[in-house]
Amino acid sequence: MALASFILQRLLVYVLVLVVGMTILFFVPRFAPTDPVDAMLAKVTSQSGYMDASQVDSLRQSLSDTFGLSGTLMEQYGAFLRRIFVEFDFGPSLSMYPTPVMELIGNALPWTFGLLLSATVIAWVIGNFVGLLAGWKPESNAGRVMEGLAICLYPIPYYIIALILSVLFSYVWPIFPLATTIRGAPWSWDLVQSIVWNSFLPAMSIVITTFGWWIISVKAQTQSLKEEEFIRYARLKGLSDARLLGRYVLPNALLPQITFLALQIGLMFNGSLITEIIFDYPGLGLLIYTAVLQGDYNLLMGTISLSIVAVATATMIIDFLYPLVDPRIRHG
Amino acid sequence: MADKRAIFKDVPGRMYIGLTLLLIVGTIGLVLPWFTPTDPLEWYASPRNQTPSLDHLLGTTSLGQDIFWLLTWAVRNSLILGVTVAFFSTLIGVFLGLMAGYVGGPLDRTLSFLMDALICIPTLPILILLAALFGGQLSLWAAGIALVIFNWPFPGRQVRAVALSMREREFVNVAWFSGEGQSRILVRHIFPYIAGWSAANFVNTVLVAVATESALAVIGLSSATQATVGTMIYWALEYQALLGERYVWIGAPVIAIVALFIGLFLLSSGLAMRSADRRMSI
Amino acid sequence: MIEVKDVVLGYGSRAFITAVDGATMSVGHNEIVGIAGESGSGKSTLIRAMYGDFSTGLRMTSGRITATFPGREPVDCHDMRKTWWSDISYVPQGSMSVLNPLMKVHKQLVDGLPKSKRKGSRQAIRRDLESFLAGLDLDPSVLDAYPHQLSGGMRQRVLVAVASYVEPHLILADEPTTALDVVVQKRILLMLVEIQRRLGNSLVFVSHDLGVHYQIADRLIIMYEGKAVEAGPTDEIFANPKHEYTQRLIGSLPKLGTRSSNATSLRRAGS
Repeated sequence: MALASFILQRLLVYVLVLVVGMTILFFVPRFAPTDPVDAMLAKVTSQSGYMDASQVDSLRQSLSDTFGLSGTLMEQYGAFLRRIFVEFDFGPSLSMYPTPVMELIGNALPWTFGLLLSATVIAWVIGNFVGLLAGWKPESNAGRVMEGLAICLYPIPYYIIALILSVLFSYVWPIFPLATTIRGAPWSWDLVQSIVWNSFLPAMSIVITTFGWWIISVKAQTQSLKEEEFIRYARLKGLSDARLLGRYVLPNALLPQITFLALQIGLMFNGSLITEIIFDYPGLGLLIYTAVLQGDYNLLMGTISLSIVAVATATMIIDFLYPLVDPRIRHG
Repeated sequence: MADKRAIFKDVPGRMYIGLTLLLIVGTIGLVLPWFTPTDPLEWYASPRNQTPSLDHLLGTTSLGQDIFWLLTWAVRNSLILGVTVAFFSTLIGVFLGLMAGYVGGPLDRTLSFLMDALICIPTLPILILLAALFGGQLSLWAAGIALVIFNWPFPGRQVRAVALSMREREFVNVAWFSGEGQSRILVRHIFPYIAGWSAANFVNTVLVAVATESALAVIGLSSATQATVGTMIYWALEYQALLGERYVWIGAPVIAIVALFIGLFLLSSGLAMRSADRRMSI
Repeated sequence: MIEVKDVVLGYGSRAFITAVDGATMSVGHNEIVGIAGESGSGKSTLIRAMYGDFSTGLRMTSGRITATFPGREPVDCHDMRKTWWSDISYVPQGSMSVLNPLMKVHKQLVDGLPKSKRKGSRQAIRRDLESFLAGLDLDPSVLDAYPHQLSGGMRQRVLVAVASYVEPHLILADEPTTALDVVVQKRILLMLVEIQRRLGNSLVFVSHDLGVHYQIADRLIIMYEGKAVEAGPTDEIFANPKHEYTQRLIGSLPKLGTRSSNATSLRRAGS
């Protein structure tokens, strides 16, 4: 059946992505100009004060494990893959010793997930809605203005919008906090409010940068769809514009948008990383940044591995959405 | 129907605006640097924190650098990086995409899987990792190579799709049946379609490359020895240009990058619109 | 029922490309009218204007088309929208893209039904549709399919069925049998005739295939270069074509038995 082979193929790609990604992560440190273990060790011991010999040894061992530097290349590779896929162990964080890296990632991941999910949904919904109307009446002033606006906003890099928003609304008009400060006991109304308040600017930043793309692409889609025969036939039955738009144009216009979403996930992830760093938002982006600044190699490997897994998984989920809405793939 | 004059008639208005912007930015980045009086990166070559004047068209930075000449070098380096990455990306992408789409079979399946896989991997974290390994500064060479590796699948996928549909087209079959060799078919019949899309992809890749490198630069992980538009913004932020109300220092590269990106985007989408129109009218 | 008087139709806003150049004809009650002509003769444009579909740049610069349906005030073609899918219906050419690929067939059939047909629950409407289709020899399972699952012939039959389900006084069909094989063609022609006899309404259809007109049209109108050059009962036109173009058209039809005279008529038609 067409659907089963589609799912199988997609899963295969997913596994391949993870393998390719981890392989890259495995080989990249080997291109570093200096011996990473010594460099890390020197940094850690100089920063965290006195460590006795056994601690240094166990740290060296852990680092060697992380870098997978013991044994032959194949053994190293095998051990590396096993540690990641089977044990989910990235070792302890070097800058926040001995907190395990997975714990830090576990704390940060929901923030990134929440931010990216809400920003993407908002941008997608608003962008597609506006673009649909603009595409239906392309000659209208509103349509042209929206498209012009989208064209001007879309190419602007994430960090510039983030910087501008940050300066305008945290500094010039201090409405939003400059650095993220969450207050309130777990799951009290105060906490929820605090979260939303602190997330507003970063989310807005991502929405402003990305919704332009949806407007442009769905407008182009709608404009070409308007000429399709089934739209003309439906109209000749006397259907109202509202019904045409809602049941005939919209579903067909959104279909390719789902594919675009899958392609854009990687780019949007990059953008959200930068946005988090600029807004000091406690997500994966900030964690990666801290890891780099502190030379925390374990944390760096962990967060980057997870980024790859997260993006690959999100892309695959979105790809699976496609047959749900397109009967031509479901029923061959 | 497709006469020479039509090439200029179908140009969407946006392409003119895009080309104009790019011309301005290109002049700043590619023509003006030849005229710089001294090395603009050198610290304290000029008096610090000057406002714009005839001596220093855009003023000077807190480090005693002339902003105007610094900007020209920064734009130049960013453009060189972008164009080089785009060139190699498009070359590899078109070549492999054509092979995959036209030859088909197991080669196509392998390349397709590879392309889909590389698209799923976010570039920025990998670049950050590289930067960390190289001691917190990633040279433009290394960044360029990494960008090429992760970006060629985008034009690759698109060209593959075009090549796949070309295989089935009537006139290709006719050529094949009349005995034209494979390579001649590729060049004479298929290439004109690919050319349009490749151009759009090329311009788009310049945009992505410069955007990624500047994102890396703004968080301080790009080259400290080379000036790019991104590093210029980084240094301005480091030295509190915003808080110190030295807006020209940070404003100039921001405006330059926004103009560059809008120009690139308009050009690439205009090219894509033209390619789509041409294809539909055949 | 429909009066077409000196109608000039064309496309384009800045330049005007004439498609119909002063055509006059009429359609009465209880008859099947065929409009024949080659590509570019203006027949499809004329039928679009008769339906009142003035989208994509179609304009009428002179003349009038008026429809008088039983029990109604006369309607000008520009206001025909009021009567769409109740007094008049339309059968398009059943290509792959004439139905919404994302909607099941029965939902698309129900869409646009006039109030008279939408009385009762959804199940009642559905059952009514099923029995109607069965009466036309169409398997009701077609209702649950998606458009891409139907063959070209099935699609066309579904389109004809839904156009007649609303029991209109006039059905306009644009090339209903083109691009279908001969066997399916026959089924559709029989279907059209059956519907017309049952409802006692009028059917106007456009086709470049004279053979199709010969089979079912009561009256035939020949169009050439935007004008209606000849009109009359089908048998008469075939027996005694008066206009030169009609003569050539009829003469180019292959006739069984005669070889040399066939070749001669082709040559004459080609000169």
